Amino acid sequence: MIFLKLIVTNLRRHRIRSFISIAGIAFSVAAMLTVVTILQGAIGMFSGILSSDSQIIIFERNVSDLFFSNVPTSAVEQIAGWPMVAHADPVLFGIVTSTGHPIITCFGVTAEDARIRKANWSAGDRLSFGQHADDVALGERAAGFLSAKLNDHIPIGHGVFHVIGILHTSNGFEDGGVFMPLSSAQSFFHKEGTSSVITVKLRNKDDADAFKAMVTAKFTDLIALEDAEFSRSYSQFRILKATAWAVGGCGLVLGGLGVANTMIMSVFTRIREIAILRVNGFSNAQIATMIFGESAIVSLLGAVLGLITGACLLLTLKLVPALHGYVDVTIQPAVMLIVILLALLTGIAGALYPAAYAMRIRAVEALRFE
Amino acid sequence: MNSVAEKIDSSSRIVLRSKDVWKSYDGGAIAVLKGVDFEASAGQTVALCGPSGCGKSTLLHLFGGLDSPDRGHVAVNNIEVNRHRNLLHLLRHEVGFVFQLHNLIPDLTLEENCLIPTVAAGTDRDQAQQRLHQLTERTGLAHRLGHRIQKLSGGERQRTALCRALMNSPKILLADEPTGSLDEKSSTAVFELLLEIVATEQVTLLMATHDRNLAKRCDRLLEMRDGRIHAFD
Repeated sequence: MIFLKLIVTNLRRHRIRSFISIAGIAFSVAAMLTVVTILQGAIGMFSGILSSDSQIIIFERNVSDLFFSNVPTSAVEQIAGWPMVAHADPVLFGIVTSTGHPIITCFGVTAEDARIRKANWSAGDRLSFGQHADDVALGERAAGFLSAKLNDHIPIGHGVFHVIGILHTSNGFEDGGVFMPLSSAQSFFHKEGTSSVITVKLRNKDDADAFKAMVTAKFTDLIALEDAEFSRSYSQFRILKATAWAVGGCGLVLGGLGVANTMIMSVFTRIREIAILRVNGFSNAQIATMIFGESAIVSLLGAVLGLITGACLLLTLKLVPALHGYVDVTIQPAVMLIVILLALLTGIAGALYPAAYAMRIRAVEALRFE
Repeated sequence: MNSVAEKIDSSSRIVLRSKDVWKSYDGGAIAVLKGVDFEASAGQTVALCGPSGCGKSTLLHLFGGLDSPDRGHVAVNNIEVNRHRNLLHLLRHEVGFVFQLHNLIPDLTLEENCLIPTVAAGTDRDQAQQRLHQLTERTGLAHRLGHRIQKLSGGERQRTALCRALMNSPKILLADEPTGSLDEKSSTAVFELLLEIVATEQVTLLMATHDRNLAKRCDRLLEMRDGRIHAFD
């Protein structure tokens, strides 16, 4: 109890300095939590598009981005005919522009695609999708920002398209996107005879390995990955995740420097006190534990405050209409745990030098000068 | 006993011993101790007098293991003081320090300050409380246990420091001008108490002081000058 009081006492003595240090960690934690959660949510959303009613995704081998992938329609036809396949849906990804909106995701899909079949159509009839080359269906959010209603004609790129439906989906990317019949999209993007990916649903999930092997054997330019496998290995996701953690990590390093500064000041201002403890039998380990303890309290308080701040920030972002459904702001327990651990490690790292300094304090010198 | 410590004498009566001890500061520019030979027996009270800078405090620090000599040997309870080997055991169990300025931690209460050495030594809590009550009763501080240091008078603070020094029942007390910051009345009261307690607890006292009147009341009065012990009683 006295040991704990010795640790806490110093934080109470310098309340403002302690608060600034805690705030530093808190902002770092909040930044890391927000960035990581939003990016993971975005990745989840994108993965969700690919795994819609499917288990396997096929795309061109060695492409850096799915937008650059070209899968021939002939491959779709062949794969759809394999006995183990329940259905194989080609999807062509592209970016289109409309007045005032330079970037809108476009999905070139067939009428049988799960995105069309399983979506909640708030306006229009899904059975009419794909009947005319200039028909498009809009995600509800896209309809909102394009101010488009059913049967409106909207400019997309150099063409004008007829809105034959508005569909609601929980996936932010899809909800903010344009759904175009596959053949129209191929023509629009000058990618006749190809799609970006094929999403495949197998009759029996256990056939996944055999299916992947068959794809590799039959199509040397293509690669088939299970959804989870794809999420793990897709370079864009990996880059995004690494960036998120790196940005958050930089924030924590800054927070750690703040803790280090606080702890150094803390040790400098209590040199005499440490000397007194030494004279009374405190070991190096006990002195170091005191310094690390102080740092750990700062870090943990900062982490808790940061988690609360980050959660509030994410909830606020969730309320922003423009971001509605775009990112999944659910905070994963694993992310929370990692953030707390990183904050704690940062605090401990920040206390390394101060603790080493405190252990070197010679009581005789510290007590000589009153 | 520390098995790695060097045994320099087998006599059990001598508890403090220095042999040809030299100590200087600033790379030898300031020579403080110049071949000090000293011995104190168990239970003795020894006063070290002398002008400021003559080396009284330095000698106390060497016996407490807070500093190491440049040359010579310093032993406590026949074990050579070696800062890196038995310092913790020495400070936790064998010697207690009282300084001119009480050196208490202001944010803690009297009770918490006194218990610091027991925290360091990992003493059993009940045992520590029992010892605390014994010492605070004896020093008249029992009613002040929960009080913060700022609320105590100078005399009370020094008595608290005395309690703290004796918490782990050391048999040697090193007092560096323990009454130096007190007025005459408090100074006499604290010194009376100090002598009474060291007698009761059979503690060896080595005290540095400027006050010859108080020093004369010790079993032995030594004078230090120019880094040497000049006059023996």
